[in-house]
Amino acid sequence: MHPIPGVEGFMYPNEVELQWSILIVLYPYITGLVAGAFILASLERVFRVSAVKPTYRLALLTALAFLLVAPLPLQLHLGHPERSLEMYLTPHRSSAMAMFGFVYLWYLMVVLLAEIWLDYRADIVHKARTTSGPIGWVYKILTLGSMNVSPAARSIDDRVGYIITIIGIPSAFLLHGYVGFIFGSVKANAWWSTPLMPIVFLFSAMVSGIAAVMLLYHASCLLLKRALDMRCLDTIAKYLFYVFVIDFSLEMLDLVHRIYEADESFRSLDFMVHTRLYTSQVILQILLGTCLPLALLGAAQVLRLAESTRRKLYAVSGVLTLIGIFAMRWNVVIGGQLFSKSYLGYTTYKLQFAAREGLLSSLALMLLPLGILWVLVKLLPPFEEPQAL
Amino acid sequence: MSSNWKEAAHLIRPAVVFLIGLGLFAVARKAVIPPSFGQYGHYRAGALDDIRRKPVHFAGQETCVMCHTEQQTARNAGPHRSISCEACHGPAASHADEPGKLKPAKPEIAALCTRCHEASAAKPAWFKQVSSVTHNAGTSCEVCHQPHSPKL
Repeated sequence: MHPIPGVEGFMYPNEVELQWSILIVLYPYITGLVAGAFILASLERVFRVSAVKPTYRLALLTALAFLLVAPLPLQLHLGHPERSLEMYLTPHRSSAMAMFGFVYLWYLMVVLLAEIWLDYRADIVHKARTTSGPIGWVYKILTLGSMNVSPAARSIDDRVGYIITIIGIPSAFLLHGYVGFIFGSVKANAWWSTPLMPIVFLFSAMVSGIAAVMLLYHASCLLLKRALDMRCLDTIAKYLFYVFVIDFSLEMLDLVHRIYEADESFRSLDFMVHTRLYTSQVILQILLGTCLPLALLGAAQVLRLAESTRRKLYAVSGVLTLIGIFAMRWNVVIGGQLFSKSYLGYTTYKLQFAAREGLLSSLALMLLPLGILWVLVKLLPPFEEPQAL
Repeated sequence: MSSNWKEAAHLIRPAVVFLIGLGLFAVARKAVIPPSFGQYGHYRAGALDDIRRKPVHFAGQETCVMCHTEQQTARNAGPHRSISCEACHGPAASHADEPGKLKPAKPEIAALCTRCHEASAAKPAWFKQVSSVTHNAGTSCEVCHQPHSPKL
């Protein structure tokens, strides 16, 4: 018997090569950022947390920029991306992925675009009146032909926007809960198959989305040389800490449950976590990506720190959190394919560099939403005071 | 009340855009879904005809044994009785059509036997398996075992 490079022990032939690459890691990561950013925006709108108001519009635009990119990793992964549209044309009710396509469209069309349009309408009308040239035409199209921004019309927009946000919160939960469900419902895979998966994905989505908007707000204030609203940043960090505690508790609950239950898969998975996944799971996800940012954010809650120290601390925690959540997605998607269903062997994932599913295309996919966000911020400035009623 | 409606009139516009989008989707859907989709199940019924039109490669067990009765008798006496002829000899529809003209190639024994009988931890213990390196070390399996009835 000839040993296969990268394979240890016994693997079934179809397990040797990983079918789901880094692109499938990006998919839940990007979708999570969308759901998290939207939930942060809803804090201000629905739960009346006025301190986070400076990030309200930025959070909505971030959610939109990432949502537009969310299906692209999947498209790039497919050999025939054009066939993916068939799931809209002839959806099968038993396919979680097909149903997810409709959740995605609902979220994009009914929630996010409608909410952004209603919130920005006065600004769009104002810019349509004052801007000339092609950009002026873009604004004119965005008005959809209605220039009515009277106080009564704006008040109606506000009420409708509020209702849409209320619909949007369960939709955001559904959007990311579904991504978790897609993994959690694979009963043949012991690493994935747990009913906790949707809720763990959901809370980690909220953590990553809040951290991303916090960092983007921080970065855009530095880039645009605007004063940073420290009360806003403190409040976001506080919510990030709370949500992170829930997320960490859920993940630990899953872990403790697995250890105590110790079913037939446990020895194999435990070996994997201590060997092939050690760096990405123990070091990156748990220690650097969860415990350290939690300790830093917790310290900011209990210690009286100077403003500049808090700012740096939040920035470091935000970056670590995003790395940690990415590592979590990596460990779920890649980790779930590294062990054999016979629990007798392990394979290796070789990340390619300049390939369709390689590192370069993944970096491009991660930078693309930032590019879209830059265009959106130019088109619909989030930091200017909304046009008065 | 009527002034309220007037002030809310702009909300009709995104709704109209949405409905136009929905209408275009419905039209596109109608245009691209094949008419026979869903006739028998969640697939295009015409696909069955497409598959039927493909050339037949396998002759089938009954066709082979119409001529090769000797091999059939030998095989039926041993543990290979459930394996069809073409599993080892390859698709033979063209041979069945013109028996004199096209003859299937004789299978390469070393590769053929180890395909199933090479020892592997994944196979159930009752299944006959050997290590071709230690069991017969370069000697052809055929020397001891006749493939149609491999019992010694």
